[in-house]
This record gives sequence, structure tokens and C-alpha cells, in this order.
Amino acid sequence: MSVAGPTGWVGRSIRRLEDPALIAGRGRFTADLPAAHRVRFVRSQHAAGRIANIATPPGVLVITAADLKDVKPIRPMLHKFDYVPIGQPVLATDRVRFVGEAIAAVVAADEAAAEDAADAVEVEIAPADAVIDAQAALADGAPRVHDEVAGNVIVKGLIETPEFAAARAGADRLVRVALRSGRQNATPLETRGGHAAYDPTSGRVTLTCATQTPHLTRTAIADLLGLPEAQLRVIAPDVGGGFGQKMSLPPEYVLLVWLARKLQSSVAWSEDRRENLIAAFHSRDQHITLEGGFDRDGKLVSLSADVTANIGAYSCFPTTCAVEPLMAMAELPGPYDVRGYRCSARGVLTHTCPMAPYRGVSRPVITCAIERLMDRAAASFGMEPSELRRRNLIDRFPYVSATGLTFDEASYIETMELAVKHIDLAQFRARQKQARNEVRYLGIGFCTFSERTGYGTPAFAARGMEITPGWETVEIVIDPSGFVEARIGSSPHGQGLRTTLAQIIADEIGVEPRLIRVVHGDTDRTPYGFGTFASRSLVIAGGASLLAARKVRVKLAKIAGHLLEASADDIVLEAGVAKVAGTDRALPIESLARAAYHQLHRFRDEIEPGIAESATYDPPGTFANACHVAIVEVDPETGRVTLEKFLAAEDAGRIINPMIVDGQIHGGIAQGIANALLEEIVYDATGNVLTTTLADFLPPTAREIPPIELHHLETMSEATITRAKGVGEGGAIGAPAAVLNAVNDAIAPFGAEINEMPATPRRIRAALRAAEKRP
Amino acid sequence: MSGKHDLVLSVNGRDYAVQVEPRRTLVDAIREDCGLTGTHIGCEHGVCGACTVLVDGAPVRSCLMFAVQAAGKAIRTVEGLATGDELSVLQRAFMEHHGLQCGFCTPGFLMLVTGVLEREPDIGDEELIDVLASNLCRCTGYQNIIKAVRAAAQELRTK
Repeated sequence: MSVAGPTGWVGRSIRRLEDPALIAGRGRFTADLPAAHRVRFVRSQHAAGRIANIATPPGVLVITAADLKDVKPIRPMLHKFDYVPIGQPVLATDRVRFVGEAIAAVVAADEAAAEDAADAVEVEIAPADAVIDAQAALADGAPRVHDEVAGNVIVKGLIETPEFAAARAGADRLVRVALRSGRQNATPLETRGGHAAYDPTSGRVTLTCATQTPHLTRTAIADLLGLPEAQLRVIAPDVGGGFGQKMSLPPEYVLLVWLARKLQSSVAWSEDRRENLIAAFHSRDQHITLEGGFDRDGKLVSLSADVTANIGAYSCFPTTCAVEPLMAMAELPGPYDVRGYRCSARGVLTHTCPMAPYRGVSRPVITCAIERLMDRAAASFGMEPSELRRRNLIDRFPYVSATGLTFDEASYIETMELAVKHIDLAQFRARQKQARNEVRYLGIGFCTFSERTGYGTPAFAARGMEITPGWETVEIVIDPSGFVEARIGSSPHGQGLRTTLAQIIADEIGVEPRLIRVVHGDTDRTPYGFGTFASRSLVIAGGASLLAARKVRVKLAKIAGHLLEASADDIVLEAGVAKVAGTDRALPIESLARAAYHQLHRFRDEIEPGIAESATYDPPGTFANACHVAIVEVDPETGRVTLEKFLAAEDAGRIINPMIVDGQIHGGIAQGIANALLEEIVYDATGNVLTTTLADFLPPTAREIPPIELHHLETMSEATITRAKGVGEGGAIGAPAAVLNAVNDAIAPFGAEINEMPATPRRIRAALRAAEKRP
Repeated sequence: MSGKHDLVLSVNGRDYAVQVEPRRTLVDAIREDCGLTGTHIGCEHGVCGACTVLVDGAPVRSCLMFAVQAAGKAIRTVEGLATGDELSVLQRAFMEHHGLQCGFCTPGFLMLVTGVLEREPDIGDEELIDVLASNLCRCTGYQNIIKAVRAAAQELRTK
């Protein structure tokens, strides 16, 4: 756990290799490409109904479902948990199931003409009863969103450990909490968009699109159009953030490829912000009820949960809509030791925008639920919340959880102690007391949590996913001039992976990171891989990079040994040179590369020509961890929450680039704060989205995010070969609970409580009005 | 709505003769007609600030201004910040302090701050946060943007 100074490139905050182009305005994003045709989608204005007629203006190319009879519906599959497969047509066929569903695609020479033409398309829909809320969809006699799904329950899971019933019965006290999280939109600043270009020479189509998963996008679209994958090339150029929203397949991209083939030309679509807010994937929208049984010392002995996830109108590819409820079921106990566990989880169809993963996937909500439970229990025992957590956090490793997950070595208690120390809890309590005397209401909230990262194949296979991600492959090639290129299946879009993978490779082969080009996001140029999501890329592609680089090192040493007449074991690689240890005999790597390609005869058949090595890594998975602390002030008159400070003590194992790790945590925390206090997609009773601009859905600005103080521990877990754990989602997972606990601590003198996110001024005022006490 | 206007847009000191409909926004003209795609479109309703450019020295949401309104004015975009290969102080500060991740909002922030620091070189740290609250970033949580901008302001003052 000690933090030793870096001896090589790993561990240093080197500047990002991505930045020079982006900072100069020379990034290349999807919308920057010129196209012969622009596409605009006509979308449903009704949440449910039957399409009676589509009247198209004369002289305009309008594509409807009737044109797409040879295109299969998107039909992701899960083989467990009573999952009912449902299909999503690329354009709505006879029925519409949410406001914003694409009904027709209009093609024109430019964007403005396409918008004009789309406005002239008249769609007549016979409206039907819609269900918007998950509880309403579960009611007897509720309209079915899909005929084949009775009761609108598309997936359900139940787990109960043998210890549960007795543990609950023997508990000293039961503590309950019911938590609701509103609906979110991941809101990458670049909306979605695609550009499909037909190549008349080869008959291939190149789809350039804002995606986190280029290889899976190619697989999916080729399958839906009945093409060999080789007929399609998918490029993820610079992508302006994704946060999960760009990992699921948009039906629009399928249409673009189909259209490029039909027109034998280039077509492009740029989603506008309104489309993004109503029709790009949504997330969260869960309701969780929890009951914890505690013994007299405050030890959690039983935990039971019921999870209801509103999954919208369709199931997303590739994860399926089950990702939210099933992850909740498997990971709800978090970092707490409890053997008696029961959880039922359901995914419920409604006439709303489909749900898909968003940074944290389920865990921001389940973490918030169990952290609220811990604070309620602490209050019930009259204990500091941190003391109750101390009695329940896992402290022996490896630890096999009630749901069968193996927790590798981590620092749950240590990060919490670190956070308590740096926030100076005792001093805060004194200040809080003083403030209350001055009729000001400060609160502090803790959140201790685990962040499961680097999910390998077995982890995803446990869910029965037809598309089971897990592994990643990295190819490292040194060309005859000595230039090093690493080709990866992952697809970073802001995480700085070009830099961090280059750091890992640099330490193995003795070449500076700036001289290593990491190539990603092009199915013609990179090995098959799953992409960048689930805090997996540094762990998995990083592990594959290390393995491939080790192979390259072995080969370079062998070549150098031959050329320098020494044993390969005596070759040292550093600063771009191979030298015989303890001598001044040396050759630059470019000389080794030249020889490997152009002078093979010098090696007496003992090496293969060229320098190209490939490796795949598929880890069991690991758990990063952190403790977040928020300090807030609540104005009881207005319900306004002001964040005074945010602190996180985190442990992501070995840190490859501290600057980049801090950046990931900052960004996640900002999104978590927004989840807790600001952002919400609001539907009216008939299924219209009311929050259709960024002035209604409220992403935070620099004014709403307080200074964030970070502290690090580095547990060198053996669960990954780089000793690194993922860190992409933790900020978003921990922050909502820390903030909500702080708000509740602040309003505790009123006897008020709020268990709904976002905790808007309106909701806080409602909680205060409902409370009985006056402080 | 139809009928195109001939006008000259002066962007980064270069004149671009363009033909645009009256309804064409400045950002569309910069991107499509002048071919300068460093300026990005994030919302087209004036909230996110990704399309911020300088018009006669003032930061402007180029999605909320028509191209015809910008004729005869000096427009500056991210492509004009560097002098040859030499990045501006602010651009360098963004790289040194990790003020960007995906880089999509970055041109807008660079133009916003460039405009403000030129007009108010002595702006205070707290006022700078008010300025930065004009634009949205989804990746950084603003921590390193604030750091980068404060460092650049400091460096420019001591220059």
C-alpha cells in the first residue's frame, strides 16, 4: 500500500498524447466529415399508438419501415432470468412505443433542407393508453408495451442465501429505506451521429460514428442487414464523451448503412440536443426498497432488497436491458460483509425512451440505497455513520460475497479512515453544532463503496448474455523504420488510453511513450475487441498491452543477442537502444527492426520475419474502492443545497498516470453530484418529455461543482497483471450517496428525510414541510 | 427562407467569400462554408457554449448568431489561437493541467477565456469561475479547467 516513486514511465503524470490535436481544433469528430446527403428523422410525438398513415411531401426521399422489410429488428438476447426477447424495428412499423421513436428518415442535400422536408412529413397516429411509470406498468390490467411480455416484466431475478431467514429472524433491529432515483441522460457534449460512405470499388460501406464499441457495432449492423462483416468498416474517430450512452447500438446507425448502400453514396446524421434528450438512451430510473437486519453491536446480519428498474420501451444491444436490475441484484451488498441476503429484481417495460448503461450502471442507485440504510442504522444506534461502516466493511481478502463474487485485496476501512482524517470529522461536528445555533444547517455525508472493474468473460457470462464481452487483444508492431504501433480493440473517447497504454508498453520495450502510437477505433486497423465501457480498458487492454509488450521485448532481445553476439538474457532495452548489460555494445531499435525485416538470413532460421506480437487478456475482475465525503449547507427556506466541499479517498491499485486518474475521478464526481441534486429527465403523464433543452435538464457548471480534494492508496492486488484496477466509474458511483447523506444530515434537526434523487429544492422543501419537528 | 446572400466572413484574419441563407447560423457557416471544424456544436440553443467564438473580441455563442450578422466583423476561432506551431499560453496551460479529456468542449472554453482575459487581464479567481460557468464540460468536473485558466491568467499577467 505504500506509494513508491515511479522508476519508469508507469506512475508518472506525463502529458497526454491525445492533446496536441484536440487543443488546436484539429480533432476529427464524426460531424466534421462532409457527406453528399443529410438525414433527418421524423419521430413519434405519441408515447403509444398505431401508425395510421404517413404522408410524405412530393419530391423528397423518405424512408419508412415499409422500405426496410429485409432489415431485421434489433433483438438482443439473454439466456437467463426469464428474459423475454423483444425486437426493436429500425424504424417503427405499425406501432410506436415512446415519444421520440424514429418513424421515418428524410434524405436531402443539406441539413436545413432535410429539416424542412422532415417538418413536411405528416404522421397520423391513433393514440393508445401509455404507461410511463414502472409501478403503473406493473398494475393489473396495465397496457402491454409488447404483446409478448405479460405484465410488462421483461426480466426478473431472485436470490436468497440459505442464511437469510434465520439471520433476519435473529436480528436485534430492522432498518428500512425506500429510495428512488429519477431518470438521467448521460449527456455527452457531442451528441450521437454517424456518417456512412459507400465505396463503389469494393462495395463496402465505412460507417464513421460516435461509438464506444466499433467492433460490436459492425457485428450488430452486419447481422441486421445480412452482410458479411467484411463488407462493413466501422470507425470511431474522436468521440466527444460517451459515458455509456454510446456503447449501445442506435437504430439510426443501421439505417445509415442501409441508406449508403441503397444510394451508393455518402449519408450523414447529426443528432440534435433535443433528439438526444428525448430519444438517445436514458438511464437510472430505479426504485429500491431495502431492509437491513442488525445485531446489537450494529453488525449487518441480513439484507433484503426489492429492485424495480424502469427499462423503457426496448432492450438495448449488446447488454440487454437486464444489465441494470441484474447488476443491482449481484452487487447491492457492496463492500459490506453480510451472509443473509435476499433480493428480487425486475426490469419493467414502459412507454418511455429505452434505458442503457450510464457511468456506474445501477451502482450509483444501489450504493445510494445501502448508504442511506447505513446512515439510518447509524442514527438508530446513535453512532457516527463512519463507526457503523467500520463494523461492517470487508477486511479479509479474498472475500467471497453472499452472491458469490470474489473481492480481491482492497482498502475499504483504510480509505474511510483516510477520509475521516482529512475531512477532520470532529472539527466538522463542532462547526455544525455552532452553525445550528446560528440557524444554519450544515451536513456531512459519507459513502464507502466498491467499484467492480475489469469484468472478464466469466463475470459477464454469469448474466447469460448472448454477447459476452470480457477479453481484449492488443497487437504491437514495429515497422522496418523502428516505429512502434500498438493496435487495440478498445475504443477510448476521452480517457487518455493512448497515453497510459503507451506508458505501460514503454516500460517493457524501452521506447519513450511519445514514440509509441496507439491505434484504436477502426475495425480495419485493429484486432477485434469489445470497446471502452465498464471501467475495463486500462485493466484489460492494459493487461493485453503488457503481455504483448513482453513478447516484443523477448523478440527484440533475441534479435539483439544475435546481432551483438551475446545471450538474449544479457540484453537490456532502454531509451530506444538494446545493449549488452555491463558493456558499451549496443544497437538502436531501428537497426533491430531493419534486420528483422530485411536481413533475415543473419538469424539462421531462428526468428520469424518482422516484429509483430499479439496478446489477449481476460481477467477475473477486480474491485477498486473509495470513500467519498460531501459537506453541504441546506437553506431550509428555499431548499437550496450548496456544496461546500467534496473529498474522496480512493484506491484503484497501481496508478499508471496520476493526472489522468484524478481527471477521471473529478469527472465522475461531477456527474454524481448532478445525479444527486440537479439532473432529471421528466415525463408528463402522457409520456411527453418536459426536459428537452440543457436549460431544463441541468448539467452542472463550474459554479455547482465545489473544490474536490483527492487522496490515493494503491493496493497492489494480484487480480490483474498490471496491478491496476479500473477507475472510470467510481466518481459517479460514490458521489450521489455522499451528497444525499449530507443533505439528510443537514435537515435531520427538522426530523425530515429525503430519499429521492435528484434532491431538488422542491423535493427538499416538501420533505421539510412534511416533517413534524421544528429545530 | 430561401435566397442566398453573398457575404465575406473574416475568420482568423482570412476572408472567406460565402453564400448563405439568411437563416444560416454563424457556427454552420464557420464549419460548413469556411471548413473550420474546430468550432463544435453541442446544443444549438445557447446553453453549452461549445460553439463559442470571438466576434470583435467578445465571446459569442455562434449557434445564436446568424452568419449575416457577422459580416464585416473580426471572427476568431480555435484554429487561430496558435501562432504557427506555437500554442497560446492558455492552450499550453490546458495541456499541462489536464484541462481536457474528450476535447469536444475545449475549443469553446479556450475562446471564452481568451476573450475574457484579453479584456480583463486582472480578473479575480472567483470571477473567473463565474466566467467558466458560461460553458459546459461533461468530462473534467471543471477542476482542471479552473486550474489551467488560473495558471494561464497568472502567466499572462507576469509576462
